[in-house]
Amino acid sequence: MKYIPTIGIECHVQLCTKTKLFSEVDNDARGKEPNSCVSPVDYALPGMLPRLNGEAIRLAILAGRAMNCEINTWSRFDRKHYFYPDSPKGYQITQFYEPIIGAGYVELPSGTKIRIEHAHLEGDAGKLTHFNSYSLVDLNRVDTPLIEIVSMPDIHSASDAHDYAKELWRLMCFAGVTYGDLYNGNMRFDVNISLAPEGAEKLGTRAEVKNLNSFRSVERAVEYEIKRQSKILDAGQKVVQETRGWNDAKGETTGQRSKEEAKDYRYMPEPDLPPINLSAEFIENESAKLPLMPSDYREIFNGIIKSDILEVLLDYPKLMEKLRELGKVPGRERSRPLGQASLSPVNLPSSQIATISNLFTSVLLAEEKSAEYLNDLPSTADLAELAEMNEKKELSSTATKEVFLKLFDPQMKNHGAKQIAKELGLIQENDLGALEKIVDVVLSKPETQKAQEDFRAGSEKVLGFLVGQVMKESRGKANPGAVQEILRKKLQ
Amino acid sequence: MKIANKKVTAERLVKDALAKAKHFAEYNIFTYLNEEEALKKARKIDARIARGEDVGKLAGVPYALKDNFLSPEGETTASAHILQGFVSPVTATSVAKLEAEGAIMIGRTNMDAFAHGSSTENSYFGPTLNAHDKERVAGGSSGGSAVAVALDIVEFATGTDTGGSIRQPASFNGVYGFKPTYGCISRYGVVAMASSTDCIGFFAKTPEDMDLLMSIASGQDSKDMTTLPDYYNDEVSTELNSSRARVGIIKDFDNESVDPEIREALKTKCDALKSKGHEIVELEMPALKYALAAYYIIVPAEVASNLSRYDGVRYGFRSEKSDDLDALYFNTRSEGFMPENKRRIMIGNFVLSSGFYDAYFLKAAKARTLIVKEYEKAFKKCDYLLTPVSPNPAFKLGEKVNDPVAMYLEDVMSVSLNLAGVPGLAIPAGKTKKGLPIGLQLVGPRRSDKNLIIFSKELI
Repeated sequence: MKYIPTIGIECHVQLCTKTKLFSEVDNDARGKEPNSCVSPVDYALPGMLPRLNGEAIRLAILAGRAMNCEINTWSRFDRKHYFYPDSPKGYQITQFYEPIIGAGYVELPSGTKIRIEHAHLEGDAGKLTHFNSYSLVDLNRVDTPLIEIVSMPDIHSASDAHDYAKELWRLMCFAGVTYGDLYNGNMRFDVNISLAPEGAEKLGTRAEVKNLNSFRSVERAVEYEIKRQSKILDAGQKVVQETRGWNDAKGETTGQRSKEEAKDYRYMPEPDLPPINLSAEFIENESAKLPLMPSDYREIFNGIIKSDILEVLLDYPKLMEKLRELGKVPGRERSRPLGQASLSPVNLPSSQIATISNLFTSVLLAEEKSAEYLNDLPSTADLAELAEMNEKKELSSTATKEVFLKLFDPQMKNHGAKQIAKELGLIQENDLGALEKIVDVVLSKPETQKAQEDFRAGSEKVLGFLVGQVMKESRGKANPGAVQEILRKKLQ
Repeated sequence: MKIANKKVTAERLVKDALAKAKHFAEYNIFTYLNEEEALKKARKIDARIARGEDVGKLAGVPYALKDNFLSPEGETTASAHILQGFVSPVTATSVAKLEAEGAIMIGRTNMDAFAHGSSTENSYFGPTLNAHDKERVAGGSSGGSAVAVALDIVEFATGTDTGGSIRQPASFNGVYGFKPTYGCISRYGVVAMASSTDCIGFFAKTPEDMDLLMSIASGQDSKDMTTLPDYYNDEVSTELNSSRARVGIIKDFDNESVDPEIREALKTKCDALKSKGHEIVELEMPALKYALAAYYIIVPAEVASNLSRYDGVRYGFRSEKSDDLDALYFNTRSEGFMPENKRRIMIGNFVLSSGFYDAYFLKAAKARTLIVKEYEKAFKKCDYLLTPVSPNPAFKLGEKVNDPVAMYLEDVMSVSLNLAGVPGLAIPAGKTKKGLPIGLQLVGPRRSDKNLIIFSKELI
């Protein structure tokens, strides 16, 4: 039988605040000793009280606006109780009843809209590492601020699940609310999947696959579950409502906990934290700080950057930001009503934008050190200069790449694009008089005589050889197009 | 309380206090005596006075600290087995404020474990005896602090009041005990019982001392988001303290369930107030009859939640018998908590369970709103309320400890203040024929703390 899969995704995003959600301890534990970023509040000493980090509220507003969500002026925290050593307080502080982020939607590159049910703020749990006879607890991650984004069950294929996860990641990175490091769990996905026969009104029983940390695993887990559940349904059996884990190496999901064993979290209003009461003005001011989003960039660079190149670049907010600056597009246009007023046009010749975007994809991202380079991009002025030299044919495409790479060289970058090109002797000779002289020199050389005769006899392919000779004579500075023209004229 | 007049040294005061503490050892007041540190601090203060330095408003004044206040001096155990061995790396905000003014902690006082109780019989260290009758309870949960002040061992003591835990032992021992407006004093660094009703307060011998302590300890604290902006030291409204105040008495409490001698004491005080030109207003506050039931749902729920952190993993007592995680939790908590702690954890988890939340917790929360409104209504008709603190004077040791409901009923007049967040001052109001102290409480609207304390002088 043919089944229609229905998929909802919950995504946890770690916010990149300076300090934790409820204490003043460093929130960035990357590369730090276990249990070194822990305050008595995180450690849940008796008598300790949570202190709400205002920066987390601001980032939650940006995250919400990035997903076209309403921001609730009134929200509050609740306690979710469970015993486990990763939870020192014995409860997680979350927003069960009244979340800060309301309904909205995410638009996939394909144009499909996935609705967001809500998103809420909460503290992360610690990390346990299990050994044979003991386990170690690391509380560095305790109460790192998270937002949990809950989608509506609007997804119906593995590829849309993949695209939704990826688009969410992009939105959060562009909004600047997370480091977006998937490998280190900055974003984690829980996927709910159910199947129902085509045309059925009621949804099937769902299984939840927890803790997926890559787009690929989201896609594969959905594919696996569709196959698994189809087989069960085809055999006339029932899918069990349960939580399942993902084994990436084996590419399969395995049952962990069924509904009957589900925990009772005994939710209770958090009495140590007053409700969050935001003024409409505050929400508006904070929302205005939202940078341009991927969908904005798609609109702005439509017809300027090829869409396959653009989709690659959209994985790198910093590169898009650079291209935006290069195109002199204002960055804070989100203060306009969402999705209404049109965006400013790009204010630089399209060909120059295309040149730089090509350099980004074909040179920068291909470099071994690209991660390092991304953190130290050349100035907009240098890139503009480079694009202009290329446009005016003062630089060949090879020379353009060479100068571009030198703009990352700590020894040279300060010299500026034009100066670097000069120092390396890469400026193309476009002066026709000077070029003619060089051509004359080459044509007078004995080793070119045969080629000249062949060309006159009708062989087009020797022209390349002659152009090469001229280029050599000019030490690469000659503009090959111009040289070709001069040669044709002289050999008529 | 100043000693800067050099008539007595801080060292002398501290030595005397410590000697008295030891003299009254049989009362089981202290869980820890801070001898070394206290003497060291006293000598330091004396040296500073000798140099003519400014030493603070409480310089050299010995005080007793309820065992649920965190400070690095001695183990902070909340008189609970499960916190044995816990030495706090942090200091409670309130303690830091007192110490900054030169007060010297001479010992930690006994209490019902985690402040669960009305008699200090639920302590891991055994009960504290009443200052006026050794056969009777000290009241609770801050029993040790009340007796330390009543026996004149210290000038003042700290307490916590979640449903009467300062006012009731104060009244059982004949001293002043103040529960401020919720949020007036920071809760940071005080072992939590029920976060939405917990208040930090004091035991003292005079309204003047109470006022001084409040002026020092009150105020907003960035470490406690539920603290109110500073207001205590604002100027007192002259209107409220004019010669003619309206004092309300609650008719609902004036019945046979209250000890006749206590009813008589209330009447005597009312007559005295009238003779001073104040007006007595009779009020009905029917919503208060829901207070005890609402309290014993909301508070256990918060208690169960706040006690979740005591799991034997990070600090305090850990049962060594366990060979897996579930057993570690089960054994540690089974052995580490007192029966009353367990009772409240079970009630709390029950009322929060999925399917029961709406029927219990949410209902209680609604009742609480009614109680808040009932007080607001009352304070439109009067400036203060005067009621008994508890229906009976101090009861005998062991009399109610095995009857939890009878014990809970002792809180019937005190808990509604905590649900409403309003301040209440327990005032000594004479003694019964058997010589047991009687206490009345003066109640005011939220943030009327200073007015309340100053007005209480009218009742002396």
